[in-house]
Amino acid sequence: MSVVALPLWGVAALLGTAIAAVAIGRRGSATQLVYGATLAISAVVLVIVTGELVGDPAGVSAVTLPLGLPWIGAQFRLDALSAFFLLVVNLGGAAASLYGLGYGHHEPAPGRVLPFFPAFLAGMNLVVLANDAFSFLLSWEFMSLASWALVMAHHREQDNTRAGYIYLVMASFGTLALLLAFGLLAGLGGTYTFDAMRAAEPSQFVAAAVLGLMLLGAGSKAGLVPLHVWLPLAHPAAPSHVSALMSGVMTKVAVYGFIRVIFDLLGEPAWWSGVVVLSLGGLTAVLGILYALLEKDLKRLLAYSTIENIGVIFASLGLALAFKANAMPSAAALALTAALFHVLNHSFFKSLLFFGAGAVLTATGERDMEKLGGLIHRMPLTSFVFLVGCVSISALPPFNGFVSEWLAFQAILQSPDLPQWGLKVMVPAVGGLLALSAALAAACFVKAFGITFLGRPRSAAVEHAHEVDRYSLAAMFALAALCLLAGILPGLVIDGLSPVTLSLIGNRMPVQLAQPWLSIVPIGESRSSYNGLLVFVFIAISASLAAFVIHRFASHALRRGPAWGCGFPDITPAAQYTAVSFAQPIRRVFGTFAFRARERVEMPPPGATAPARLDVEVHDVVWETFYQPITGAIGFATEKLNHLQFLTIRRYLTLVFLFLVTLLLVLALWP
Amino acid sequence: MNGLTFDIAHLLAGGLVLVSFMMLYQDRLFALINVFALHAIVLALSVAWQAYIQDAHHLYVTAAIALIFKALVIPVGLHRIIHRLGIHRDIETAVGIGPTMLAGIGLVTLSMVLMLRVTPEADPLAREDLAFALSIILLGLLVMVTRRNAVSQVVGFMSLENGLVLAATGAKGMPLVVEISVAFSILIAFIVIGVFLFRIRERFDSVDVGALDDYRGERR
Repeated sequence: MSVVALPLWGVAALLGTAIAAVAIGRRGSATQLVYGATLAISAVVLVIVTGELVGDPAGVSAVTLPLGLPWIGAQFRLDALSAFFLLVVNLGGAAASLYGLGYGHHEPAPGRVLPFFPAFLAGMNLVVLANDAFSFLLSWEFMSLASWALVMAHHREQDNTRAGYIYLVMASFGTLALLLAFGLLAGLGGTYTFDAMRAAEPSQFVAAAVLGLMLLGAGSKAGLVPLHVWLPLAHPAAPSHVSALMSGVMTKVAVYGFIRVIFDLLGEPAWWSGVVVLSLGGLTAVLGILYALLEKDLKRLLAYSTIENIGVIFASLGLALAFKANAMPSAAALALTAALFHVLNHSFFKSLLFFGAGAVLTATGERDMEKLGGLIHRMPLTSFVFLVGCVSISALPPFNGFVSEWLAFQAILQSPDLPQWGLKVMVPAVGGLLALSAALAAACFVKAFGITFLGRPRSAAVEHAHEVDRYSLAAMFALAALCLLAGILPGLVIDGLSPVTLSLIGNRMPVQLAQPWLSIVPIGESRSSYNGLLVFVFIAISASLAAFVIHRFASHALRRGPAWGCGFPDITPAAQYTAVSFAQPIRRVFGTFAFRARERVEMPPPGATAPARLDVEVHDVVWETFYQPITGAIGFATEKLNHLQFLTIRRYLTLVFLFLVTLLLVLALWP
Repeated sequence: MNGLTFDIAHLLAGGLVLVSFMMLYQDRLFALINVFALHAIVLALSVAWQAYIQDAHHLYVTAAIALIFKALVIPVGLHRIIHRLGIHRDIETAVGIGPTMLAGIGLVTLSMVLMLRVTPEADPLAREDLAFALSIILLGLLVMVTRRNAVSQVVGFMSLENGLVLAATGAKGMPLVVEISVAFSILIAFIVIGVFLFRIRERFDSVDVGALDDYRGERR
């Protein structure tokens, strides 16, 4: 039996679990059983693919099942790239299942979640394994629909139906783009296997069209600006462990689709394709994090931050394309490694953060940060792991986020060697955008952690919050440990990624585990190196030293004094920093052009007792520029066409007749 | 192909088009049905001639089906329906005769131009046959569109189907099974439509499809 059959059996088991979940969904023990099963299956598949990635990195195993299109069957293939993404999917799936074991008990309608959760996991696994366009699209749609069902799990809550509707429309649009892209790749001959597409040499025009369509198709699923609109609506609407899967894993499956087609199937890229992907990535990163900064709903903030991270990943992919087009394989390998490393990292910390948001949600029933605060005293463990997630996603050493972003910047620093002036100018500019987004991300997560966990409670619900259950904590601690491990042992991950870059670029980064003291040296010792372990040890030692000194030499007497309230006479929790006020300086700086933000102060006339008002007006520019005209046009057209539904029978006949005659006329007059 | 057989086939198919034209200006139902019966007889002759020149014996069966069902059973059935509905005195003029005839001429021209253009390599007999068949189909549709009475719409539909049979028999090697299934589907359609006619009649006291529209509360 070939190796690819093992994850396929895993998929079959997941689908079986989904069907079983329909049958037993109403029982009390269903939650334990389903999440236990998905945890076990994901863990087994995870072990298998990790073994494959480490043990037989160059191995490719394929299998054809007698399903799907009759003349090609359903083809599945496991190579280094799909093994890596299977690892991401199943690690996220295992963590979400573990979390779900505890979190699932708070679910009001488990029958709406349990069947779709394993199906969603199965869909994501299948997309990564598919080796022909038909299976790929079918799995892709299956994944979309399963996640849509999960988004609609709480369909009675306000705005969730709208989120589901927009998600469905955008998912269909994305699949249409993918369908067209595969159609172009298959060419007139119509061979829908990936092997045939890989062998074909598409023309310049076809390659450009496929790139554009993939940016639309995979980009809309991943959340590239301006196709991101569904993401901050749909991801938070699902139950939190599903939000974690959608944000942390499903967006990565979209990245997989992009890499598979652009790097693997399309052949040699043109240099300008790098420019397109780079600039979209940079734009996405900055706009995503700016949206996140203005957000006060914790889960939506995390969803917007996903858009930022997707931007970082796509910028790195664009770099890899540019280097690959210019025959600079070592730099291309570096950029691709950075992108894949960030894929892995983001799946760790974004899942962790969504789990944390879910824990806060179960403990307090609130997602609005303006009603939280002071949770660090009531949920110390959750706030600790949430802090780890925040530090990781803010790209601070010694955690993992720093390593991948650092690698991306190392790749950007290679740009002076590029021959085209367009790229020479573009890459540092995008580098600037990425640096800006990294800084803004740090500010954003200071806000997310500070407003949620620090300060004093802003509502009664928070006062009575309790720490969450063991399973949820175990899942979060496991992910936090992975964040730290990937941060202090990055060489391990980089070497693990080498078969992927070898197969896609034909080159790899230097072997990192051979470096002394677990340093990583992306290009050469003389240019740059980083040692996460050293930084970690330094931080640990200096922090313990400082703590020791303070505890040893400072006074032990505890003094409580009145907090200084900036001269405000009545110190209520409402006088604290809020999410909006924290973000105000940044909104002032960037909001005017990015969101057409306006502030208006209405002062009452002298002598009046009315309070002064500060009105803030923020526009979603992307929605208003791209989507409102479309929705408006569709609404107008449907209104105009509506009366066609109420014609007489004879008129319908006449319409059909006239249409037929018109077609015949066209045929007759066609030169 | 010898000239005479071709000419006779041409004559019969052209006769079919001519009878279709006759259908366009009948404003009484009985007359319309009689013309339809004539249409079916010409069709049967044409199919039988095709059977003879192609030496395809199964086409005689088709011709017999056309003769028995379309020239006898269905017209008789329609006559009885009209008697029972009591609408044999109705006169209907949805669209004037002049414009309808002009439209019919236009349609025949269109189908000639089109068919002769797209089938330059085909057998000349089949080519003519296809062109005539398309004209008959379009004229049948025209009958359906210009009539307001449900019975005459049924007749238009049946004459349209005659065009299909003509096209099918003109092409060599069409299996009998196809023709029989087409014939039976038409028969079933006739039965279903007949049932519906009585249903409509029961409910609205009329088989003018305008009554349906009135029922739906819409403008005509």
